[in-house]
Amino acid sequence: MQGDLASTASTQITRLALRWLLYLLLVLFALYYLAPLFVMVTTSLKSLEEIKTGSLVSLPREVTFDAWGTAWSAACSGIKCEGLKPYFWNSIVMAVPAVLISTFLGAINGYVIAQWRFRGANLIFSLMLFGCFIPFQVVLLPMARLLGLMGLAGSIPGLIFVHVVYGLGFTTLFFRNYYVSISPELIRAAKIDGAGFFRIFWSVFLPLSVPIIVVTIIWQFTQIWNDFLFGVSFSQAGTQPITVALNNIVNSTTGVKEYNVDMAAAIIAALPTLIVYVVAGKYFIRGLTAGSVKG
Amino acid sequence: MTPILQIQALNKNFGTLQILKNVNVEIESGDFLVLVGPSGCGKSTLLNCIAGLEPVTSGQVAIDGRNMNEISPKDRDIAMVFQSYALYPTMSVAKNITFGMRVRGIDKQTQQEKLAEVSRQLQIEPLLNRRPAQLSGGQRQRVAMGRALVRDPKLFLFDEPLSNLDAKLRVEMRNEIKKLHHNLNATMVYVTHDQIEAMTLATKIVVLKDGLVQQIGTPAEIYLRPANLFVADFMGSPAMNLVTAQTRKNGRGTELVIERPAGEPLRLLDKKARNLPDRVVLGIRPEDITEAAFGSGKNVHITACDVDVVEPAGADTFVLLSLSGKEVTARLKAETRAAAGESMDFAFNMEKASYFDVESGERIN
Ligand SMILES: Nc1ncnc2c1ncn2[C@@H]1O[C@H](COP(=O)(O)OP(=O)(O)O)[C@@H](O)[C@H]1O
Ligand SMILES: [Mg+2]
Repeated sequence: MQGDLASTASTQITRLALRWLLYLLLVLFALYYLAPLFVMVTTSLKSLEEIKTGSLVSLPREVTFDAWGTAWSAACSGIKCEGLKPYFWNSIVMAVPAVLISTFLGAINGYVIAQWRFRGANLIFSLMLFGCFIPFQVVLLPMARLLGLMGLAGSIPGLIFVHVVYGLGFTTLFFRNYYVSISPELIRAAKIDGAGFFRIFWSVFLPLSVPIIVVTIIWQFTQIWNDFLFGVSFSQAGTQPITVALNNIVNSTTGVKEYNVDMAAAIIAALPTLIVYVVAGKYFIRGLTAGSVKG
Repeated sequence: MTPILQIQALNKNFGTLQILKNVNVEIESGDFLVLVGPSGCGKSTLLNCIAGLEPVTSGQVAIDGRNMNEISPKDRDIAMVFQSYALYPTMSVAKNITFGMRVRGIDKQTQQEKLAEVSRQLQIEPLLNRRPAQLSGGQRQRVAMGRALVRDPKLFLFDEPLSNLDAKLRVEMRNEIKKLHHNLNATMVYVTHDQIEAMTLATKIVVLKDGLVQQIGTPAEIYLRPANLFVADFMGSPAMNLVTAQTRKNGRGTELVIERPAGEPLRLLDKKARNLPDRVVLGIRPEDITEAAFGSGKNVHITACDVDVVEPAGADTFVLLSLSGKEVTARLKAETRAAAGESMDFAFNMEKASYFDVESGERIN
């Protein structure tokens, strides 16, 4: 009896110890992942003087936002010194339509493939899935040629087109998998109620798609905003997205290396995706785990 | 009078797979047709063909005398209730019920009147602003019915509408559907795999197996004179007893000789049966085997059998006898004194006996 008590007590202690070990590990990992952000933020708030004299991980003695101002509107890339501002707008003008169009088309594709089963639906879906796994590099040359033929070379609409095409595989996959768990009886009921293809889509399917729409928008926005390769390949001076501009600013070789400006620029470039996660991250998790939609 | 629904030589394939084979069914206005059969036999497919949700491979479906083959579901003047209820998850109950009218552009005034009428009929007025997810199974069922009722169609179609409810609610809703059918004088086609539902609801039953119609008839016809061994076994609970027997003609009728595990074979005399082959399958329902004291009639045969098992079931007591290598069920009164292991006299009502061909399984009397 006493042995029993002793052993339950000891297992409890082991369990507690393991739990604390787990927390400790999690905290360590969190610190590990936060460290670069910490360095970026602190560095961006220091003056160049302080960076040269102080240590990398120290807090700024004197907080200054000069570097942020420079990064936003005065940093030089190549010969122009107008900061990230114009490129930030380029990225917005590129990403917002590309995200919306690819999400909308993905929703319609998924709806058709999952709910309006037609001959060859599975084949088409497999091909689209295959499209998700084609490396960027493979499509560069054919895409450049196609954009040239369409008269969209080097333009922002061209970049939108590229991102829509490349994103369709993923967005279709997301929506198809979401819709495939919905009983086909729903669409049958709507057909008998007299609704047609688009009416059913608008009135029945889109309203119950909010979680997957959020997931898709976050995914697509992150992909498109952060893309560098398509941006650098299919843009020209004036139409470059922010990732390309950031690279140009950081790699400008004239004068001294302004680490604080570089860091501020990098944070500015990353900020929109961060904001999207903070605002909609909750839905992201919910959408990913929401298996089926029960009526 | 033109039949409300007429299905002629209907075939349905999925790819190379034949799902429905030469189905012919006809019903009049006010009929309650039940399609019954085991899971996967093609009941839902047949219903979907009637609704126009699946195209037919050949043959035709006519509603009220009009060929429907090229007509889309919305123009067939039908309403359908689905097994999963298929309520629109993001719409309130009221919006669910009025969706069809909104799609068809019916004016708001009429929509509201019809909604009020139907929700009163089904007693779902307090639920009108809720979402389907906030309803219980029985309530969802009612809303699904409401969506159908509000259409006021020529033909109601039901696909296993009660199979997701618990036993008690199922009986309740079954009665309610029966009442609705009566009050609305509606024509209904109802799919179920539950033969009790079929027997209680139908004015006409179609028994399906592997896409082939086995028998069409009133519940009484199907129950009393099943067309083959499949129907005999499928309809009725507990199932009809089916045992093989040798036949001997004699002066008083036909004697059926049935093997028993021990002792003499059981001999049953049917005074009316004529022209039976040498071997038959005898079908006799449990309620046609009773205690000798309660069995009476011109064509009743009384004989002793050993009781294997006694199963009291409340209103009745079922007793199992071992005949021809099978358990045979007899349905006795609750207060029977039957005891396992003892012999006792039973009355076999041969008037109700069915005979089936040993090879084909078809009915022969
Ligand atoms: N869309 C379809 N494609 C291929 N086979 C199908 C399809 N729908 C049903 N089936 C097949 O047809 C048969 C009958 O199905 P169903 O009518 O749903 O049976 P029941 O409703 O009697 O249970 C089943 O074997 C099923 O697998
Ligand atoms: Mg079915």
